[in-house]
Amino acid sequence: MNSTLPKWADIILIPLLNLALALLIAGLVVVFIGEDPLRALQLIIQGAFAPWGIGFTLYYTTNFIFTGLAVAVAFHARLFNIGGEGQAAIAGVGVALVCLAFDWPHWSIALLAAMLGGMLFGAGWAAIPAYLHAKRGSHIVITTIMFNLIAASLINFLLVGPMQAPGMAPESSSFPAGASLPTLHDMLAVIGVAFDKNAPVNVSLFIALAACVLVWLLVWKSRLGFELRALGHSEKAAVYAGISPLRITMIAMLISGALAGLLAINTVMGEAERLVLDAVQGAGFVGIAVALMGRNHPLGVLLAAFLFGILYQGGSELAFEMPGISREMIVVIQGLVIMFTGSLENLVRMPVTRLFTRLKRRPI
Amino acid sequence: MVVSTSTDAGRPETAAPTPPAIQLNGISKAFGPVQANKNISMTVAKGSIHGIVGENGAGKSTLMSILYGFYKADAGEVFINGNKVNITDSHAAIAAGIGMVHQHFMLVEPFTVLENVVMGAEDGRLLKPSLNKARATLKQLAEDYELDVDPDAIVGELSVGFQQRVEILKALYRQADILILDEPTGVLTPAEADHLFRILRNLKAQGKTIILITHKLREIMDATDSVSVMRRGQMTETIATNTTSPEDLAEKMVGRRVLLEVTKTPANPGDVVLEISGLNVVDSQGVKKLKDINLTLRAGEILGVAGVAGNGQSELLEVLGGIRAATSGVVKMLGEAIDTSPKANAGKRRARGIGHIPEDRHRRGLVMNFMAWENAALGYHNKPEFKGRFGLHNQRAMREDARGKIERFDIRPPNENLKASNFSGGNQQKIVVAREIEANPDVLLIGQPTRGVDIGAIEFIHQQIIHLRDAGKAILLVSVELDEIQSLSDRIVVMFDGVIQGERLPENTDERELGLMMAGAIKETAP
Repeated sequence: MNSTLPKWADIILIPLLNLALALLIAGLVVVFIGEDPLRALQLIIQGAFAPWGIGFTLYYTTNFIFTGLAVAVAFHARLFNIGGEGQAAIAGVGVALVCLAFDWPHWSIALLAAMLGGMLFGAGWAAIPAYLHAKRGSHIVITTIMFNLIAASLINFLLVGPMQAPGMAPESSSFPAGASLPTLHDMLAVIGVAFDKNAPVNVSLFIALAACVLVWLLVWKSRLGFELRALGHSEKAAVYAGISPLRITMIAMLISGALAGLLAINTVMGEAERLVLDAVQGAGFVGIAVALMGRNHPLGVLLAAFLFGILYQGGSELAFEMPGISREMIVVIQGLVIMFTGSLENLVRMPVTRLFTRLKRRPI
Repeated sequence: MVVSTSTDAGRPETAAPTPPAIQLNGISKAFGPVQANKNISMTVAKGSIHGIVGENGAGKSTLMSILYGFYKADAGEVFINGNKVNITDSHAAIAAGIGMVHQHFMLVEPFTVLENVVMGAEDGRLLKPSLNKARATLKQLAEDYELDVDPDAIVGELSVGFQQRVEILKALYRQADILILDEPTGVLTPAEADHLFRILRNLKAQGKTIILITHKLREIMDATDSVSVMRRGQMTETIATNTTSPEDLAEKMVGRRVLLEVTKTPANPGDVVLEISGLNVVDSQGVKKLKDINLTLRAGEILGVAGVAGNGQSELLEVLGGIRAATSGVVKMLGEAIDTSPKANAGKRRARGIGHIPEDRHRRGLVMNFMAWENAALGYHNKPEFKGRFGLHNQRAMREDARGKIERFDIRPPNENLKASNFSGGNQQKIVVAREIEANPDVLLIGQPTRGVDIGAIEFIHQQIIHLRDAGKAILLVSVELDEIQSLSDRIVVMFDGVIQGERLPENTDERELGLMMAGAIKETAP
């Protein structure tokens, strides 16, 4: 089917049409609530791109890139990692332990160490379902979902127990000043560009962008990526080619968990600067939608993550400005986007493919 | 649907005198940009056996699917017994008196023969009356056509030959006057195939019309009255069978002269390369697939393993190829034992000089979503020439390598960036063959090298196999095509039920003897 569709239509046109359909339906819902859908859209865009909003949009985007890439990498090996949420949460513990361990002399050293800690904990949390899947045949979708719940309970336990700071709040002690990451405001100030001081977007954004490039290299250029995709497309062919499904399943899930774990750099280390309850805020699940919409390609993930960043930030502005629209409404819009880009993909794809075949045949 | 116990072919006919059983006028069907059937017209006389031949992708299956209501034609008309019919689905096809015996049987294995026959054609809410009626009908059909099957046998426990008879019975029970058989002999022993053709001739004698789709030209010559040749979606010719020959048909199918006979010089066997002793395989269900196999394979010879599909040949290839573990036994390569434990790895086999052209190229030999250049390296993707820096692949070298294979093996279209799924069956197989042969193995395991491959490519692949033998390599050839085994092999062993039934030299045996061995009727210890 892909052979009849030009690549640009596959990667850009179809997601855009899906998005337009999702927005159209969301607009109808807004009309039913009794609000003006065009003004709602305007508020979303404004809220996401205004000088006081863009920093938040990019902050959310960073989260979604990490979790989107995590889902995408696993998916190339045909593993549906639903556990990004739990892996990122546990990674928060790793990041917090690293940050609290020393009085870090410089943020860059702290960042490297915290990245290692986050990736290690995230990968570790993914390793158990991966092993159970590869060795015992427990389906990874089920186990990763269950591990999300276990992770949430574990964080609860840690934050009212061993890791709790003195006081009543379920949170860890604040990280030392040496572990404080530069925000985009700080970084842009160096080259004399003004940026919102309160925005949480920080140096993690660039790590996320670098991760996109590395994932692209990994999946399409590396020998490991070759084996990963071979296994994803056909386990029988992979075994025939001497590829060990156990090994590749483990590696794919470890990489996936590590990518999800990097989210903790952005939220725990970059924003909260201490471990709090629910540091992930559903980004693990949004990552599934991001990967779906981005067709598991890093560039697509980047664009989809940005779109969801806009929806998140613009959505909270909208809920603030339009009393009729609650925060749940934003979830509805997101749900519609997921539905149209994921499960209803063929709704748009089939007619577009037919159209292209017809256009192609005409000149003959 | 009305079921009657009458078995005669008589059906109310409106037009006289005896209109053709099937008449197709200008049938066309396109799938996206691919024109699978182009303006096809065909007439099949009542009470005849009509063959349809053509290479893979020539459009035979599409045409039959239109006739059976699986696809709707974009244009064209279908007349059955002179009446225009509109076949929208398989129910309409059955109502028009068309029955189909699929290549892969559509049977419910845990059900009895009777239940399978009645299924979908029950009358009334209670099963008992239908079953009783069917039992009587089956008895009658068995007498009329040599179609005897125990009506109370469980279908899953029947041999493939009998399962096929159940399929035919299903069609006849639904009062089919026209029977379409798609590659019916692919899974049969020669004796079973002979019986099938006897049944078909009986059916014909009773006035039934039969369409036989096959790639075995000899069957066309033996069984049919007339034959249509399809090429690239078009029906190029329909001729009386007695005016043509296999060579002539092959030429019409391919569009050029084809060598059907393999030419080769006598083998010059060297040292023993592969030695298999006491090899046993028990599968995960506890079924013994290989029973105490002993084989030796010498350099410079082709050892053919004949047998009906599913008698252990696949397992033998898989164990030797490092894909499946043996339960017991020893395999020695150049005197040194190789790992047949569950830890065995196909990659290590390749490093030891054992190449493998697997039986199932769609699921094993190729990753269909990979491009040709990726597939050309599959299994050899970690060899030093393909390694780049930092764990990356040297994709330039891989593409270069693939282009060379494409050129030397004449793979078409010559584009290394096409996905494997976009090549024809023959060219897909050439990608696999090129990859495994150019890796220059000491031992090459070959499974069904020409299954689903067009005639032109068969000729080429056979030549490549013989070249490899002449270069002093040891070749183990597994094929269910007895012709292929007989013409390529220097020695033949026959497998039945996981046991080597015996060994023959191709010049000292014939199809009849091999066929009996394949059915387990002759057994002896290897000389």
